[in-house]
Amino acid sequence: MADVTDAQVIEIRDLVKTFGSLRALDGLDLTVERGEVHGFLGPNGAGKSTTIRVLLGLLRKDAGHVRLLGGDPWRQAAQLHARLAYVPGDVNLWPNLTGGEVIDLLGRLRGGLDERRRARLLERFDLDPTKKGRSYSKGNRQKVALVAALASDVELLLLDEPTSGLDPLMEAVFRDFIDEFRDAGRTVLLSSHILAEVEHLCDRVSIIRAGRCVESGTLAELRHLTRTSITADLATVPAGLADLPGVHDVDIDNHRVHLEVDTTQLDPVLDLLQTGGVRSLESQPPTLEDLFLRHYGDQLAGAGEDDGR
Amino acid sequence: MTGTLVFLRVFLRRDRWMYVWWPLGIALLYVSQGWSVDGLYKTQAEFDQAAAGMEGNAALIAMAGPARALNTTGGQVTWQSAAFGAILVGLMSMFLIGRHTRAEEESGRDELLRAAPVGRYAPQTAAVLDAALANLVVGVVTAGGLAAYGLATADSIGLGLGVTFCGWFFTGVALVAAQLTTSTRAAYGLTGAVIGLAYALRAFGDVSLAALSWISPIGWYQAMHPFSGLRWWPALFLVAGSAAGITAAYAVFDRRDFGSGVLPARPGPARAARGLATGPGLAWRLQRATVVAWTVGLLLSGLAFGSMGDDVEDLVGDSQTSRDLVLQGGADIVGGFYAMLMLMLALLAGSFAVSSALRPRGEEDAGRVEGLLATRLARSTWLGGHVLVTGAGALVVLGSAGLGLGVSYALVTGDGGAVWRMTWQVLTFLPGVFVLSGLARLLHGVAPRAASLAWLSVLLAYLVLIFGELLKLPQWLQDLSPFEHLAMVPVEDFRWVPFLAVSAVAAALSVAGQIAFLRRDVH
Ligand SMILES: Nc1ncnc2c1ncn2[C@@H]1O[C@H](COP(=O)(O)OP(=O)(O)O)[C@@H](O)[C@H]1O
Ligand SMILES: [Mg+2]
Repeated sequence: MADVTDAQVIEIRDLVKTFGSLRALDGLDLTVERGEVHGFLGPNGAGKSTTIRVLLGLLRKDAGHVRLLGGDPWRQAAQLHARLAYVPGDVNLWPNLTGGEVIDLLGRLRGGLDERRRARLLERFDLDPTKKGRSYSKGNRQKVALVAALASDVELLLLDEPTSGLDPLMEAVFRDFIDEFRDAGRTVLLSSHILAEVEHLCDRVSIIRAGRCVESGTLAELRHLTRTSITADLATVPAGLADLPGVHDVDIDNHRVHLEVDTTQLDPVLDLLQTGGVRSLESQPPTLEDLFLRHYGDQLAGAGEDDGR
Repeated sequence: MTGTLVFLRVFLRRDRWMYVWWPLGIALLYVSQGWSVDGLYKTQAEFDQAAAGMEGNAALIAMAGPARALNTTGGQVTWQSAAFGAILVGLMSMFLIGRHTRAEEESGRDELLRAAPVGRYAPQTAAVLDAALANLVVGVVTAGGLAAYGLATADSIGLGLGVTFCGWFFTGVALVAAQLTTSTRAAYGLTGAVIGLAYALRAFGDVSLAALSWISPIGWYQAMHPFSGLRWWPALFLVAGSAAGITAAYAVFDRRDFGSGVLPARPGPARAARGLATGPGLAWRLQRATVVAWTVGLLLSGLAFGSMGDDVEDLVGDSQTSRDLVLQGGADIVGGFYAMLMLMLALLAGSFAVSSALRPRGEEDAGRVEGLLATRLARSTWLGGHVLVTGAGALVVLGSAGLGLGVSYALVTGDGGAVWRMTWQVLTFLPGVFVLSGLARLLHGVAPRAASLAWLSVLLAYLVLIFGELLKLPQWLQDLSPFEHLAMVPVEDFRWVPFLAVSAVAAALSVAGQIAFLRRDVH
């Protein structure tokens, strides 16, 4: 038992949380292993923030099984919180406390800050700690929360869309620090709807939609759900390309072939292409974007009313 | 000016309740003084006697204004209401201007609207029109109320429109403040300071150096002399001052960047003080400005009340109603009068306690709690810090009111023992104050969205205090006010049993609220 809880930092099964008649979480499953950066993907209103708030013991679950760092997040909230840091999606600061004061406040409440890291973070994020909360922009408020979280000595980071207000330069800084954090063997749960961010940072991904997990695995595992796009120049175009399993959208223009193929069915396609004498071959690796679009494609094509809430 | 009317329409919609409550409240302030004096003094002889007592009382003149025609209903209404009416329209203008200008700019919502094809000045102009209109409504409703009550029409209009002009003046002040500062709080602070200064200048002016009253907008209003030889020309100062303020604000607006002010935002400490990261330390840091402000305010109120000394017989008058109001069945006029003042101070402290007990809900609403509770800080510690600050704050606020009352009473009468005696007497009402804050705490725990209903308990206690005997309110209703169960010192002897019983009720409410908070979702 000890090993199991040890390996699994977050363990959620069949979690249900309702707000009145709205089922915000509807039987959600999520497992996060120690030492991984886990991407938590989903469109707006899918239930990412709600899940994280349940994990923090801020919301009370209606049903299901939730373990955080081997404990019960509702009953052992304060104890467990000593071992994690949280950055909310919407950081609200006290108008009359400075950024520096807030960083110290949150850091000390977590049990202390690494002073050297605090100074380095302030410098890398280019943040002025003497400004009052009311005068920070959204991005700067987010930086305050990030500095406070990253300067703490914790084993788990819970980040709710942490970079939504950061510019690309600062996003790069953020990635560096997350890499550093992971290299020290610690765990991150990163909710996002920015795919590039998840692709760059995450070892494993869970995709949720309407309060349910619809897919979970390593990026490599999830790629079986995606298609690779291939463009080839051939001496002669072999017949029967379109009939191969998993091939879509074949487009032949003289000696040039363009097609999409399910990533697991690449082999037969490549074999057949070879028989035609390959002069040049380009392939686009699948992106998470595709994966995402596939999962929500119907919804996007539909009305998109679940979006933009 | 494109878009001004669009903005104005939106503002009027957002402010529709303000347009109801402020005019009604302010008009009621004026008209109810008429009721109250007509109820107190049944014969002209009584009236003359009371007026003579008031005219010689410097403390009352400093509080209210120059004593003119105090033996008439109109004179009394003017005297007792004008200064406070002016302060109220000042506050109303401050809130209206603040919420439509600096607050919008600070939140960034304004940027979105400004990107639309609207004139540069449109939001600001709409805000000025909105405030000007609201003040006009206040003036018209007040004048109408006074005339309907039966006072002379021309003077009623003078007293009513005068308060409109005061509001316009403070509209200009608030607009300038919104340009100078970068935060809504600071803009309110600056406007509030100007209102306070205007009141203080005329207080000193009316008592000693008359010239000071002539540099105060409230002084100009009172110089219109409604009901004692009405004259309109002092109103010109108010209108001119208002125009000057608004013009100056537009000039500053033209010269500053959007989103910034003129007064520099001062940098603060880069590191947190040692005690900040504890439940009580954080709560204190967030509430200390409020606690200090209320402490000073109640100290001053106590000083003002106590300065009436024991010379209150004439003020009270001989009519049965006024005796009923003050004596509540007893025979000791001075004691009864002070018991009522003490209860009034306790109610003010109760207002502090309720606002302080609602502060955690404000923090929750503003989304600042999640981040805190995601640390080792337990919910109970976080809330407990606020409970502690509310409790200790109420003790200090009420104690300072009692101290002020005792000190100035002692100075006026030469009775040195009054300092501690009166401080203690005022403090005997503390359990009632705690019931009010305990109720707010319970509502915050059980039904956070409805927590502001706690203010109704303050209103109820106030109504029972003022009108309970007068209107013969049913006993069960009166019993809802916690203060009804406490001994009315100094007219009654202090009793431990009700003191402890009411304290126990307060503690039960507070504890129940805290437990409920521990069990519910945090938003
Ligand atoms: N406190 C709340 N009360 C009512 N509904 C809520 C509350 N919090 C979230 N919701 C609803 O729950 C759903 C999931 O929200 P959320 O977890 O914030 O989604 P995400 O973070 O994935 O965008 C949404 O439909 C949202 O409107
Ligand atoms: Mg969210």
